[in-house]
Amino acid sequence: MIYNAANNKADLASQIQARQNGLAPSQLNRQKTPIWGVGLAEGQEPTSLTHPLTWRLFHSDAVLKLADYLALKGFEGFKIALSKTPKEVGEMIKNANVRGRGGAGFNAGLKWTFMTPPDGGMCYLICNADEMEPGTFKDRLLMERLPFQLIEGMLITAYAIGASAGYIFIRGEYILAAERLQAAIDELIANNLLGDNILGTDFNFDLHVHTGAGRYICGEETALINCLEGRRANPRTKPPFPQVSGAWGRPTVVNNVETLNNMSAIMLNGVQWYLDLAKIKGKSETPGTKIMGCSGRVKDAGLWEVPFGYTARELIELAGGMQDGLKLKAWLPGGASTDFLTASDEHLDLVMDFDPIMKAGSRLGTCLMMVVDETQDMVSLSKNLQQFFQRESCGWCTPCRDGLPWGVKILDAIDNGQGQADDIDKLSELTRDLWIGKTFCAHAPGAMEPLMSALKYFRHEFEQKIESAQASASDNQGGV
Amino acid sequence: MKIVTDKTPKVDVKSILSAEEIAGIDEYIHHYPQARAAVLDALKLVQKRNGWVNDAQVAAIANMLDIAVADVEGVATFFNRIYRQPVGRHVILLCDSIACYLTGYEALANAFKQSLGIDYGQTTPDGRFTLLPICCLGNCDKGPSVLIDEDTYGPVRPEEVAMLLEYYQ
Repeated sequence: MIYNAANNKADLASQIQARQNGLAPSQLNRQKTPIWGVGLAEGQEPTSLTHPLTWRLFHSDAVLKLADYLALKGFEGFKIALSKTPKEVGEMIKNANVRGRGGAGFNAGLKWTFMTPPDGGMCYLICNADEMEPGTFKDRLLMERLPFQLIEGMLITAYAIGASAGYIFIRGEYILAAERLQAAIDELIANNLLGDNILGTDFNFDLHVHTGAGRYICGEETALINCLEGRRANPRTKPPFPQVSGAWGRPTVVNNVETLNNMSAIMLNGVQWYLDLAKIKGKSETPGTKIMGCSGRVKDAGLWEVPFGYTARELIELAGGMQDGLKLKAWLPGGASTDFLTASDEHLDLVMDFDPIMKAGSRLGTCLMMVVDETQDMVSLSKNLQQFFQRESCGWCTPCRDGLPWGVKILDAIDNGQGQADDIDKLSELTRDLWIGKTFCAHAPGAMEPLMSALKYFRHEFEQKIESAQASASDNQGGV
Repeated sequence: MKIVTDKTPKVDVKSILSAEEIAGIDEYIHHYPQARAAVLDALKLVQKRNGWVNDAQVAAIANMLDIAVADVEGVATFFNRIYRQPVGRHVILLCDSIACYLTGYEALANAFKQSLGIDYGQTTPDGRFTLLPICCLGNCDKGPSVLIDEDTYGPVRPEEVAMLLEYYQ
């Protein structure tokens, strides 16, 4: 593999070669600091105690065979879960406070407790692997390189909630990840770890891979359920929540890939260990580790598994800092639907955790930050973001379907030197009209977050473009 | 006036879909408690043959799943990667989301458009390539990224486009 010195990424010829050798895209990233390489002393190996999500990758670039996974404590957590009652397992996860890693940060174990009590009918577990939030690439790595770890997490979860069937709803573009998960499922069925009477117990669990076909809205859990049922992926009204009436009207839990990856280590190492991980940095209350990341024009973009408590500044340092000659201007904490924060010390020293980022007026989202450098124009950047949300609106409710294109139209006019004096007011009005409670789901409010914050922190850029448009318009009319 | 109560006009499925396709769709139907859930799987399976799905195939899928043609059409037109009109032998999906935008998407998009002589949504006259934008490919540490058929590449520099296209005849 040949890497470019400038950005430490494989050159195109190597990528083509790697693809022909069957390597996954996530296996082409050579980071100076490997994903498990933070917080270890010289010569220390990562273990399930230090890096519960990624320690196995220290031993193998990708664990794709059941025998290899078993040799690395595979399914030991699941066996511990089977020795307890489902209620005990659920209690453990609730007490461990695994905050949902899909972006909402809700306690996963608590989410499970809202399941309708068993009535003898089917219950479902769905893994939300529809990773499409711009800037997010953590689930791809976990599925392409550790498929068994996800399935073990699903088995533990299914046992706790009483689900007898499950689906991994994976986005259609993750072709190799879907293939590897399917191969893992086939091998597990052959080894009595999926299907009926797993490991000789009376626990049954059928698992299927369901691939999508490229719509961002499928990441919203009720839209995902609609899609799984063979309908257009429009969101549903909540309540009833999926735990009461989900897939085919039955109680259903939808959890994110990374959330489910946490389960086996909690079974293996206990709740107290998980809670104590927050003490490593001592700046956060949130237990466990998180796959954090950084992309944009940094020297060494990538992912790192770290305990909560790292600041935004530290993440940018892990990414080797900004590329030469570039200065940081703004950053998004966790995806396109989070608010911009600035290069001020106050913002850079924020701990990357749900509550501090919320207090600063943004959202942690998926915690994979994107940095914006000084060369970027915030009007064009906002237009790009809004175009994405406009295209991905499912069209189910009018404010989103018609409001988002209107925003793009205004931004396009400003960007092309045809802005009007009241355009900024119109955009501000739009951010109120498409806010939470005015639309059917969170898609449009998510689109408004970066727009609102761009107007808040970089209003002068919008004004400047409009003013120069006005000036050139009056110049052209000078002779009239 | 005769009221038609049949929601799906009957078509001869066996003359439209191949035996393998029918078997494949039947297999998918068994993954779910209701047959209609297999609609997206069925569309993707049928699309493999010609790269797109025609009206007859939509009707055949509706027959197999016992749902209205409009329901199949609704799903087919909702999703970005089900094509209801002919596409090139290779479909190029260019990520235009923010992480790639920050790392040079525009220059790459221009390079693709110039090399191919087409804009988004068009197919080259020789039927070799169709160019489309796509939202975040989840390859953000290696932007700007592109997905050609089943292969994700990134970072791709504008000057490498010609070399990359050579691999897809």
